[in-house]
Amino acid sequence: MSEQLALLPAYLTGHVQLTLVALLLGTAISVPLGIVATRVRWLEQVVLGVAGIIQTIPSLALLAIMVPLLAALQVQSIGYLPAIIGLTLYSTLPILRNTVIGIAGVDPAYTEAARGVGMTERQQLWRVELPLAMPVIVAGLRTSSVWVVGMATLSTPVGATSLGNYIFAGLQTRNYTAVMVGCVAAALLAQLLDGLVRALEQGVRLHRRAPVAAALSVLAALYLFAGVTLVRPLLAGDAARQVVVGSKGFTEQYILSEIVSGQVTAETGLGTTLIQSLGSTVAFDALRSGDLDVYVDYSGTIWATILRREATTENRSEVLGGVERELAADYGVHVVGALGFENTYALAMRSADVRALGLRRISDLIPHAARLVFGGDYEFFGRPEWVSLQERYGLAFAERRTMDPSLMYQAVAQGDVDVISAFSTDGRIAALDLTLLEDDRGAVPPYDAVLLVSDRLMREQPEVVTALQVLVGTIDADRMRAMNLSVDADGLTPRAVAEEFLAGR
Amino acid sequence: MIELDALTKRYGDQVVVDRLSLRVERGELVVLLGTSGCGKTTTLKMINRLVEPSDGRVLLDGADVGSLPQHELRRRIGYVFQKVGLFPHMTVFENISITPTLLDWSADRIRRRVDELLELVELDAAEMRDRRPDELSGGQQQRIGVARALAAEPTVMLLDEPFGALDPLTRDRLQQSFSRIRSQLGVTAVFVTHDLTEALLLGDRIVVMRDGHLVQEGTPHELMVNPVDEFVEQMIGTPKRQAQLVDDLLGRGTPA
Repeated sequence: MSEQLALLPAYLTGHVQLTLVALLLGTAISVPLGIVATRVRWLEQVVLGVAGIIQTIPSLALLAIMVPLLAALQVQSIGYLPAIIGLTLYSTLPILRNTVIGIAGVDPAYTEAARGVGMTERQQLWRVELPLAMPVIVAGLRTSSVWVVGMATLSTPVGATSLGNYIFAGLQTRNYTAVMVGCVAAALLAQLLDGLVRALEQGVRLHRRAPVAAALSVLAALYLFAGVTLVRPLLAGDAARQVVVGSKGFTEQYILSEIVSGQVTAETGLGTTLIQSLGSTVAFDALRSGDLDVYVDYSGTIWATILRREATTENRSEVLGGVERELAADYGVHVVGALGFENTYALAMRSADVRALGLRRISDLIPHAARLVFGGDYEFFGRPEWVSLQERYGLAFAERRTMDPSLMYQAVAQGDVDVISAFSTDGRIAALDLTLLEDDRGAVPPYDAVLLVSDRLMREQPEVVTALQVLVGTIDADRMRAMNLSVDADGLTPRAVAEEFLAGR
Repeated sequence: MIELDALTKRYGDQVVVDRLSLRVERGELVVLLGTSGCGKTTTLKMINRLVEPSDGRVLLDGADVGSLPQHELRRRIGYVFQKVGLFPHMTVFENISITPTLLDWSADRIRRRVDELLELVELDAAEMRDRRPDELSGGQQQRIGVARALAAEPTVMLLDEPFGALDPLTRDRLQQSFSRIRSQLGVTAVFVTHDLTEALLLGDRIVVMRDGHLVQEGTPHELMVNPVDEFVEQMIGTPKRQAQLVDDLLGRGTPA
């Protein structure tokens, strides 16, 4: 608990920076746009329509799509920028809609009276329509603030620090204290913002000075805090350019990023910034655009999702060689080397079932498949490995379910599903007494863990690359599995496990 | 002095006000009288351009009202609205001081003017100033409405059935107050009503309207003595008939 709470200042600061700025921008866009929409009839439908469409995009996708969009524009593609744009877009609809409804809902008797006493259009808006519509607009702002606080937790996969770091990492490493701390902190922040906005609105409406002043000072303090913490790093300049280390959102990646970070600091004395829980392709895009300096990916993943190759029977060194050549030539991304283990897609089952059915290889599964339920992670059924498994083995399962990778292992252990698409180095395989089936027909390509670095790092900080080369070939599959298990089953932090690894060499 | 010259309002094919011409002399109160839908309110609103005429023009002291920006025109003309009109988010003081504020009067001048007006409409300034419209009775609200219309010292006032929604006793008191205020200030006024008694009591002259047309204009006495047609005769005769009926009933001691 205390080590989780130690992370709170950083995560909460990130969350406050995201939500407050997104709400400010959202309001600054939506209210004027809503006002214009009530003046220009045809615009109303257009504006509300577009905002409605944005709202129907799943929030995680809305954030994730910002990464390649920003990369294409050659601006910072991961971290604060994509998150703030996504959140701002998301915050607009409730405010926009309520502004339109609020102003349209003002009794025409009042607007006529406003004209009758000699107000100009602008005075009519400021002195009559906006004050009368204010409770409705504020209700929209309150909805928006609760939404944005919640959605800001999804900024983690695009590289922005938020309370989502607790939730993503906690779910992956089975640290439910972390998940809880993240959820409670987000809920409290949402309550605080909602309460402040409500106090402000009531105070203004009832002409009470004290609550207005109090709410305004708290909000001002929060904005000041967000502003200062956002601007300070920019002013610091890049005199001490930190090495930015990325990781995707699962245990092994957290550990490896900590190892990379520890190694860089130990060998070069340079500081590092960790950006964890990134979406799978987000990390690669960020490396390519130079927003990230180094992370670990897997040769088969690059082979299939970046280079768009079919799953093949080519061996480990052929795939590795191909990846290295093509990434350097076409993507400006460099392979430092393989760490020494594979984390491949493998079919896992309860050990008891494996024994009862007398299974060893995937081909042994063929006659039993029709009675078994298969669980895969979000991307698995869309991946070439699945196609290739189908082709080589002709597996016809009774049912297939898509689930979160962090819940998949628990699901098979509890008997909710019978076979899962496991990752071969996952510590939970041993922890939950699961057994991997051998890919005897070579359906799944090799998945060597490889250290990837950006072109910028290669050119400007070659000493970092030299430091990283030391890690090549130092981690075998058993070692990785044991480290994963230390986090997933024994509750050690990825950093502690990484420190132990670095100290032991 | 207000002059309406062949004033016309059309909505699509429908003619709501048809070539209406009328002269209101300085200090005079003219009542526009007619049943609902006869075009009397539309006529009133064309004077301060809350409704833009389709044809014809309105002259205010000889100048076409179309030549001024709308808001400047309206700041010079007091307007009392039929129903709500008072802004619910503003205090009595703020409501009354709107037009002077828009005209950039000094704070001091505005404060004195509001107190003066509250006294004029027979309300206690100290007690009323900071109240909100929803804390006032209907009669008090309409007194504030009159005060607000008079705030910027207009020479012309337009009133759209201002006392229509009030109970008879309150209406009677307000009519008397208004009558006194008007003779005290000498403003020129156009007053829309469908209440015949009100028209006869307040109007220097009455304009009877029907289907967007002017049917007859004249002093109450002229209309009574010399109605142009049966419609006017019946209309003007009604209050008198009712008064007689009431008198008869009371005279007999017990209702039939």
